[in-house]
Amino acid sequence: MAIQISNATDVKDGRQKKTPQESALRSAVLIGAGIVVWWMIYHRLSAVADWFAFTVLHCSPATRLGSAIQFMVFETPKVLMLLLLVVFGVGIVRSFFTPQHTRAILAGTRESVGNMLAALLGVVTPFCSCSAVPLFIGFVTTGVPLGVTFSFLIAAPMINEVALVLLFWLFGWQVAAIYAGTGLLIAMIAGWTIGRLKMERYVEPWVYAAQMGDSADEASRLNWAERIHLGREAVRDIVGKVWPYVIAGIAVGAGIHGYVPQNFMAHIMGKGAWWSVPLAVLIGVPMYSNAAGIIPIVQALLQKGAALGTVLAFMMSVIGLSFPETIILRKVLRPQLIAAFVGVVTVGILIVGYLFNFLM
Amino acid sequence: MKTLQILGPGCANCVRLAHNTEAAAKELGMEFTMEKVTDFQAIVRAGVMKTPALVVDGQVKLYGRVPSVEEIKTILA
Repeated sequence: MAIQISNATDVKDGRQKKTPQESALRSAVLIGAGIVVWWMIYHRLSAVADWFAFTVLHCSPATRLGSAIQFMVFETPKVLMLLLLVVFGVGIVRSFFTPQHTRAILAGTRESVGNMLAALLGVVTPFCSCSAVPLFIGFVTTGVPLGVTFSFLIAAPMINEVALVLLFWLFGWQVAAIYAGTGLLIAMIAGWTIGRLKMERYVEPWVYAAQMGDSADEASRLNWAERIHLGREAVRDIVGKVWPYVIAGIAVGAGIHGYVPQNFMAHIMGKGAWWSVPLAVLIGVPMYSNAAGIIPIVQALLQKGAALGTVLAFMMSVIGLSFPETIILRKVLRPQLIAAFVGVVTVGILIVGYLFNFLM
Repeated sequence: MKTLQILGPGCANCVRLAHNTEAAAKELGMEFTMEKVTDFQAIVRAGVMKTPALVVDGQVKLYGRVPSVEEIKTILA
């Protein structure tokens, strides 16, 4: 991990005397080298964890303590390395997208196509829920349809890189891909539905009267060294914030791994219990947490036999619908529109939860 | 005398940006006034869609992220 970061530092310091082409080439080479080093370390983690738990600490793989320690020593660097790689990559991708860009693309689209584009752009455009209001105003006052704006606002928090990494880590890439796919689908359909409901009159009147000023579009001016700098900044911000939760999640997982019998919760939150999905959503909607914060809970639920659809529905409702965001949006939306927004998204999450429990 | 404004509804990032900006301005030893702008109409009028933003003498210098004190010093200098 340390090697990758120091590579990026070299790039930044070295670029001052270089032409942009040389700097881009140099960045590409160093990023490539960083990925190779990353890959080599990543693939030796399991052997190192075995060696540490069974040779250094003299634990036996057959004992509970031994398997718990091996699990801990293996999983902690593994998930942190995954997070590092993906957050850095997404940070660089996002440096190409700005709200101005996204708005310019969306302002010219028809509704159904617009909903699709908006959901996709919601994933790659940098967004935080505290910016929801200025972004909302910026979109609707420049001709982005209301429903299309909602597709963006739904997709942006729900499908984020941390959630995807954690799902990949817990269940593999198939589940991460299905989460992203169904999340996009919910954002598209929910936004489209809100558009069909013709709820423009439930937007606070001052919004449409607001004058949106012009501002420079930073993204087009960035060079590669600056994009790498933004990637590193994303790593510092995001990984710096989520690692305690990840470790808490692993500790919960390690504890359960060794001690609590499997399928402990199967009869409460397993497939058989039809009410488990609405219950999970009901608990999840008012809960607010970042994706990492719920990982200890998700770990505990799954290891004890809760069904995947139920857990996905829980996760979507916690990170996709947040109470603080709806409070902030109340400044620009009347309660009827907020209710429609929360209602439509909740129904979408319920359908996804049931679908998964049914299919898998 | 520079007029510094921090645009944002008061979230954690806005507080951090205000803190770093103040530190940078003090380290540069410049004279300045600092103001926090939390009104959404004013934020939107400045053309900012992603908070927090740093406005220097009425000009949006950066938005949507919290740079280090060092980086803000190069913006202010």
